[in-house]
Amino acid sequence: MGKFSWVRFLAVLRKEFLHIKRDRASLIMAIAMPIGMLLLFGYAVNTDVDHLPTVVWDQSQTADSREFITSMRNTQYLNPDDFVQGYQQIEGYLDSGKARVAVIIPPDFGKELQKDNGQADVQILVDGSDPTVARAAMSAVQMLGLNKSLEIQGVRLAARGAAAGTNMPLNVETRVWYNPDMKSMVFNIPALIGLILQNVIAMLTSFSIVREKERGTMEQVVVTPIRSLELLLGKLLPFVFIGFVSLTLILATGIFWFGVIPSGSIPLLVLLSTIFLFTILAIGLLISSVARTQLQAMQMTFILILPSILLSGFIFPRETMPTFLKILGGLFPLTYFLEIVRGIFLKGVGMEYLWQDTLILCAFAIILVGIAAKKFKKNLD
Amino acid sequence: MNLAIDCQGLVKRFGSYTAVRGVSFQLPAGAIMGFVGPNGAGKTTLIRMLCGVLVPTEGKATVLGYDVLTQSEEIKQRIGYMSQKFSLYDDLTVKENLDFYAGVYSLHGKTAQEQKARVIERIGLAERTNQLVSALSGGWKQRVALACALLHSPQLLILDEPTAGVDPVSRRIFLNLIHQLAKEGITILVSTHYMDEAATCDYLGFVFYGRLIAFGSPDEMLANEVKDSLDDLFIYYVENEALDDPRNQAFKKGGRG
Repeated sequence: MGKFSWVRFLAVLRKEFLHIKRDRASLIMAIAMPIGMLLLFGYAVNTDVDHLPTVVWDQSQTADSREFITSMRNTQYLNPDDFVQGYQQIEGYLDSGKARVAVIIPPDFGKELQKDNGQADVQILVDGSDPTVARAAMSAVQMLGLNKSLEIQGVRLAARGAAAGTNMPLNVETRVWYNPDMKSMVFNIPALIGLILQNVIAMLTSFSIVREKERGTMEQVVVTPIRSLELLLGKLLPFVFIGFVSLTLILATGIFWFGVIPSGSIPLLVLLSTIFLFTILAIGLLISSVARTQLQAMQMTFILILPSILLSGFIFPRETMPTFLKILGGLFPLTYFLEIVRGIFLKGVGMEYLWQDTLILCAFAIILVGIAAKKFKKNLD
Repeated sequence: MNLAIDCQGLVKRFGSYTAVRGVSFQLPAGAIMGFVGPNGAGKTTLIRMLCGVLVPTEGKATVLGYDVLTQSEEIKQRIGYMSQKFSLYDDLTVKENLDFYAGVYSLHGKTAQEQKARVIERIGLAERTNQLVSALSGGWKQRVALACALLHSPQLLILDEPTAGVDPVSRRIFLNLIHQLAKEGITILVSTHYMDEAATCDYLGFVFYGRLIAFGSPDEMLANEVKDSLDDLFIYYVENEALDDPRNQAFKKGGRG
């Protein structure tokens, strides 16, 4: 075994950068995919439910009923834009999906409200096919009903001259920390850093090595005096570079376009992202040691991506998962990185709370890089 | 006599399959030796062992005086290798391919420039250096591959079916190039299916079923078996060996090349 040769290493490095420069697909993947995914997740994958199309059957047609409809609109959750007559039409709206919520105001609505001790009824029909939407719509209208009742109650009591009785006996104050507006974008965009890095880098890394096997150039390289370490580093370093480019792009788009600003330390984020990057490079390397063609490598990457999206806590909270799935999710480095990246972005915490996840990530990096390098070397011999 | 290759009872097994079963021969420096034999006979496996890429299961061999088991690094630095598929980077230009292989053979600075200029001149690539390899014809690709294998001035050139799938004119140009290189003192080991190529070699080795069943100069071999042409000799060997070989079923099915 000879010594590490910089000349050989640099020859590989230069060649890899030429490949990347010439290969449109990987350039697009490295630059367009992060931005595309960010826009997609930033806009489309939005679990904030608001402005639901709402259909109204106002049989009362009074100032009171109109005011109720306006306050419904003011909640921002409902858009009462369509007005109909009769249940048949309402059914049509809900069936076709033109409306998610239907509001039925009975003819005596105004009269009951004006009556001193009257109780007005409002019927709300909610399309429950999507539980998230239904839950949001229901809590919005219930909240509205409660507030309206209290308001009217206060007016009635005041009219009877009981001015002192308008205070609420119990006052619950809620305050939401870290993401006060509860925007899903604030929750999703930091996590996308992890997901995008994982997808892009694992795929590109495995491609670059499998391509040499597929085209037979690896056969030529192994008869040269190059050492596996020189080849490995020369092939992987460009992807560390691409990883940082992607990371910068995502951070910049997140901060300047979506206004999701990390409340923690960015240098710490970059440092821990680098550790995560190494686990991903190793995964890409492992894929390339098993896959024979680029197609196989792509399929294997997808086999990795899908469960990692579902199980890592990217979309679904891990707390509610059955134990088996929770353990399975624990096998993905992404799971720990998401904890880290959300911790830094949303809570602004540092190593004092993140050391456990960081330690696990380091263990992943060391073990995966070790196995991958060994396999890579064995494949060469 | 100065030997370029000296192998003694080389055996290579892949699991239960034996690809090479005891090959011994000695090749003097400066000679051209041809390996002929049917597909799957073990030529490539044998060649890869001599390159120091595959470790022999049994036996020993020295290439240019270095042991294939313990000194493969020294061997790799001193041999040029070109395989049946022109293993160049398609998306790189001729010059970029040369740059890469120069670097991989630890050539840098002035030496690298000189060596690149030398092979470009030698192979006649001057007008092609800035073309992408993917734009070249098979014959040109093969010459570029040869140029890459010659950058580090190897003492031994190993060519594994270098002319497979190349048109006759390019094949002839290539063959002339090989003979010139041999005249300059480079030892050449070439595997081929073309008998006209084989006939021009100084030595021929006939590989069949992982064994070297005949070794000598083409004329000697023809005289020994009283045949007029190498084609006849090739077929004679295959039929003869297949008759008394219990594994001839496997031969018909083909196998590793």
